[in-house]
Amino acid sequence: MGTSSETATADVASFGGLQARSSAGLNATSRISVRNLNFYYGTNKALKGINLEVPDRQVTGMIGPSGCGKSTLLRVLNRMYSLYPGQRAEGQVLMDGRNILDADVDLNELRSKVGMVFQKPTPFPMTIYDNIAFGIRLHERLSKAEMDERIEWALTRAAIWTEVKDRLHASALGLSGGQQQRLCIARTIAVRPEVILLDEPTSALDPISTLKIEELIDELKRDFTICIVTHNMQQAARCADQVAFFYLGELVEVAPAAQMFTAPKERRTQEYITGRFG
Amino acid sequence: MSVTTMPALGPRKDARVAAALGRRRKLVDHAVRWFCIASTAVGLFFLASILFTLAWRGLEAMGPTTFTKAFEPTTYGDDTLPRGGLLHAITGSLIQVTIATLIGTPIGLLVGTYLAEYARSSPLGNAVRFVSDVLLSAPSILVGLFIYQLVVLPMGGFSGIAGALALAIIVIPVVVRTTEDMLQLIPNTLREAVIGLGAPKWKMIVLVCYKAAMSGIVTGVLLAIARIAGETAPLLLTSFGNNVVTADLSSAMSSLPIAIYQQANSGFPDLIAIAWTGALLTTLGVLAINVIARLLLRARH
Repeated sequence: MGTSSETATADVASFGGLQARSSAGLNATSRISVRNLNFYYGTNKALKGINLEVPDRQVTGMIGPSGCGKSTLLRVLNRMYSLYPGQRAEGQVLMDGRNILDADVDLNELRSKVGMVFQKPTPFPMTIYDNIAFGIRLHERLSKAEMDERIEWALTRAAIWTEVKDRLHASALGLSGGQQQRLCIARTIAVRPEVILLDEPTSALDPISTLKIEELIDELKRDFTICIVTHNMQQAARCADQVAFFYLGELVEVAPAAQMFTAPKERRTQEYITGRFG
Repeated sequence: MSVTTMPALGPRKDARVAAALGRRRKLVDHAVRWFCIASTAVGLFFLASILFTLAWRGLEAMGPTTFTKAFEPTTYGDDTLPRGGLLHAITGSLIQVTIATLIGTPIGLLVGTYLAEYARSSPLGNAVRFVSDVLLSAPSILVGLFIYQLVVLPMGGFSGIAGALALAIIVIPVVVRTTEDMLQLIPNTLREAVIGLGAPKWKMIVLVCYKAAMSGIVTGVLLAIARIAGETAPLLLTSFGNNVVTADLSSAMSSLPIAIYQQANSGFPDLIAIAWTGALLTTLGVLAINVIARLLLRARH
């Protein structure tokens, strides 16, 4: 019974999503402000003076040819780059009035607010239940009943509950690729972040699974601010409210999706989206 | 383009040349295949003959007394005198191998974790990795000498704990290598996924990485146990050997390899027969551990 109502809300949301798209960027408040960001891999400058506003509860798509810096920007937003010595960022990334690039930022707290889903599904070698519970246990103490409820909520929001509810205590490694990726999305939203970063989340999936994830993104943006990196321009057009085009470490153009794919201002944007390079 | 100036087809190949080349290839193929089969047969023949001799001679003297009695002097062929067993050696081996594993495994696990998770390419990590690899291939008698100097001389005599410590030093580099290798196999995206949820690094290692590498690490520990179960040289200089059953770690202690070494050298046929039984028991024990390790590795894939 949960299924049919879930599908219904998903349809409404995607319809609402289409409407929202045309007015995107006009009066949305900014969730993250990137100000004059430079990023270095050692001495190699990968991002050059990026300025970008990520609107609250909308989908920001990032496109551009390989090596243009779009994934790098995503990894700045949750400070993932801090894992690797030699990678550093300059400038400001403001979130809730704080510069998250500051040295004294609590990275674990930041990452509980800015979740991430990767290109390849990354299920942990444990049961489906424990995969979801893992992130929750890091930040909250819940009773068994509350935990069960949260896990059902997360799996339902990630549109995978009906497929796994009878085998919550089976290994997550037995799921198909598409299911694993939705499990990873469920694991991310179970922590209840404010922002979700998706790094080419469908590039390792078949078309049906891709469609499911795209529908899911439309549904999730009611509650979460979403940034998605994609190589697929149709996907950016379908999912994103605002699209940012990167080229050689520079942010060339940011515009509402409808405008970006019909009337781009910059010549390089036009050449890329019409397939002349990249 | 240059392709268009070439003739559409080259000259037809000569059927006789092709057939001759084919015959030659087939001949070489046969020769190499038979050479491989013959080499395998020679190797298997010696292995089978060792195992067969071991089983035949080992079972000869095996009986209830093997497991219930300690060493007895030779009977000089007189069947009315009591025959000895290997209880002293079996208990000594179990005690020393267990203590060595309990000491060596945690140290090896932590060093392997340090190398794989914290010091992949730092100068200190490379130095530790180098020293560990040297220790892995060092002759085990050196480990015995080291403990002899460090423990046996200050304590004033051979002891079971000295033997266990010598074996522990042999366990460490084996566990370091397998732990590091198994952790290195884990893709970085899995680590980033754990970190991305807001987990501190130690939770990522303990809750996810160890779980993902578990069967490989356990296999490494089992292989280390199999290795020290057969070690003789380091024990000669540390626990020395003993003729009675003892659990006293401060006194000299026997072990299966030492009992084999001493009784096989005694020159008395009845003692030599018991040495064969000891060799069979050691081999069966190591074989069992190896089979378990293989089954664990297979369960992983």
